Amino acid sequence: MTISIDPQKTNNESLQPKGWLRYFSFSLDHKVIGIQYLVCGFLFYLIGGTLASAIRIELASPMSDFMPRDVYNQVLTLHGTIMIFLWIVPVVNGAFGNYLIPFYVGARDMAFPRLNAVAFWLIPPSGLMLVASYFVEGAAQAGWTAYPPLSITTPQSGQIIWILSVLLLGGSSIFGGINFIATIIKLRRPGLKLMQLPMYCWAMLGTSLLVVLSTPVLAGTLILLSFDIIANTGFFNPVLGGNVVVYQHLFWFYSHPAVYIMVLPAFGLVSEILPVHARKPLFGYTTMVFSIMGIVVLGLVVWAHHMFTSGTPPWMRLFFTIATAFIAVPTGIKFFNWVATLWGGKISINSAMLFSCGFIINFVFGGITGVALAQVPFDIHVHDTYFVVAHFHYIVYGGTVFIIFSSIYHWFPKVTGKMLNEKLGILHFINTFIGFNLCFAPQHWLGLNGMPRRVAEYDPQFQFVNQISSLGALLMAISTIPFLINVFLSLRNGKDAGDNPWNALTPEWLTSSPPPVENWEGEAPLVEEPYGYGKEITEQI
Amino acid sequence: MTTLDSSKEIQKNNSEVNETHEDFRMFGLITFLIADGMTFAGFFAAYLTYKAVNPLPDGAIYELELPIPTLNTILLLVSSATFHKAGKALLKDKNADSQKWLCFTAFLGIIFLICQLFEYFHLPFGLTDNLFASTFYALTGFHGLHVTLGTLMILIIAWQSRINGGRLTSQNMFPLEAVELYWHFVDGIWVILFIILYLL
Repeated sequence: MTISIDPQKTNNESLQPKGWLRYFSFSLDHKVIGIQYLVCGFLFYLIGGTLASAIRIELASPMSDFMPRDVYNQVLTLHGTIMIFLWIVPVVNGAFGNYLIPFYVGARDMAFPRLNAVAFWLIPPSGLMLVASYFVEGAAQAGWTAYPPLSITTPQSGQIIWILSVLLLGGSSIFGGINFIATIIKLRRPGLKLMQLPMYCWAMLGTSLLVVLSTPVLAGTLILLSFDIIANTGFFNPVLGGNVVVYQHLFWFYSHPAVYIMVLPAFGLVSEILPVHARKPLFGYTTMVFSIMGIVVLGLVVWAHHMFTSGTPPWMRLFFTIATAFIAVPTGIKFFNWVATLWGGKISINSAMLFSCGFIINFVFGGITGVALAQVPFDIHVHDTYFVVAHFHYIVYGGTVFIIFSSIYHWFPKVTGKMLNEKLGILHFINTFIGFNLCFAPQHWLGLNGMPRRVAEYDPQFQFVNQISSLGALLMAISTIPFLINVFLSLRNGKDAGDNPWNALTPEWLTSSPPPVENWEGEAPLVEEPYGYGKEITEQI
Repeated sequence: MTTLDSSKEIQKNNSEVNETHEDFRMFGLITFLIADGMTFAGFFAAYLTYKAVNPLPDGAIYELELPIPTLNTILLLVSSATFHKAGKALLKDKNADSQKWLCFTAFLGIIFLICQLFEYFHLPFGLTDNLFASTFYALTGFHGLHVTLGTLMILIIAWQSRINGGRLTSQNMFPLEAVELYWHFVDGIWVILFIILYLL
């Protein structure tokens, strides 16, 4: 069955607000929704970043003098939850996915525009709820993992609000995932083959599969946890005969794939950015596609490597160690493909490129410590220490957040028609890169020497290294200032970008900047070679 | 060819272009049901793990009576068939027949829920008695929630399939097909639940 769009019925543009007001409306335009996700996510990033600064100030001295211990735990819980569920997941999936995917598949909007708007509008209320839960009596303080029995025995009102908020955010994520799968599979322009899609589509397809398969399990788990808290059942309460390890299994069945939900889209985005600024085709397109799908399959069967100290039986340790080590193969393929894409290219040193290169460097470091952590003897040694903190910040900050900034520098001209200031951009990069590495590299040493994570106080012998780390955090906090100045200045009086400032070949650049409401005047272009740089310039431009 | 109602929301720059695309609403629904199925899969996994590794306290009752759940299984399976009948009737433009079958399906759903409640009230254990009891109520309750939503949706489309002024016609089958797929899904989950919870 086909659906025809009747032009008579659709011509009522007056229904939707114009100008900046549309960003506060229930808009169905995928571009508006993308920007809504991005700005909303960034506001939460600022909140989460403030909390991170508070944590680093506290850790500058071995005593808990900046805030009491339980406040430290609450701040740390809120920091983790905000950064994961309100900044990285919505931005790297929702913001860039909504903005770019319809262009990449040659569509005028997402498959289910209304579901799309619902998915976005679930985020601000649940985010506000989460932030507000900090101010109620007994805010959540069991970490973003909310492990029972800790989450059951600590004060409960905040924990319940936390659960509700995460449930809503999970729902938003699932709706988004369904939309992306339907858009990529079903809404492709006629004549566009799957293997001609830009890499970000593949990354989002893989990510959305993970979202659809694993997020519901987290939802079910959190429902059971809330039963334990409200109705006094004993699913995860050992006193009532429950089993805490079951919670850990179910939780990590979502939360390990969640790592890939956070980082796979970044893989896709960097694969879009590198070819444009290196003026070379993406190296190894097919291997890239297969490694993304390989990561999706493997990503679903490695969760128990988070639980090597939870009494997992030897066969389970063996299986999950091997499966985890295997993930290094597709990830390594992708890493070498990016390096090979840069090799011999005409590289422009601009902010987008610098952040992408920063991503590659940080990510490979986080990847190496990831393989190390998969080994049981090593993992048991550093479990729940700052080594783990350093590892995952190298993945989610050094990896994904660097790519978010890189993408903002790359697509800002597309969205606004204005260029960002390069000098401020490079200042932002240098500041972030040095600050980030100064903050998190020393934490590997702290972890190896036995400093536990999630504790406000520590052995005084670690003070100097912690102060270095806090200095890095200060630099990271400062680095936001040139970025914000850059965005506001460029929005007001930035250089005009023209339609295609980077001379890129991917479809989103083949329309005006900013794009018209339905993406293209007339028919969508058929882009068979999105990375055809260095060849004869064909009629594609 | 059907006209998508929501298309009036889609803004068009170029009113001369009359574009068509495939109807992928069913595809979206199937993706959603896969996600929903994963929630149940999580619950089943938790239940089976508990069964394997967590011994119940002495004197805990975990034997269930079979007659009511067996009746419930039959009710749901029959309701799947009657729903199918409703679809067939609508396809032949027999809206009255279709509505009749839909009402009968909803009736079976309500009977299922009543039986379920009857079972709840006559079981010798409560929600917090032991781990088995908690998982039992969580699983059947979550499924019952699905049946409740399904029954409400069936009643809505039964109203929609009325002869004069109903939106449901042989040209606009999607609402019926969507609820039918959902209903079959809920049935399938019940069969798995019945086997795991009552028979194993």
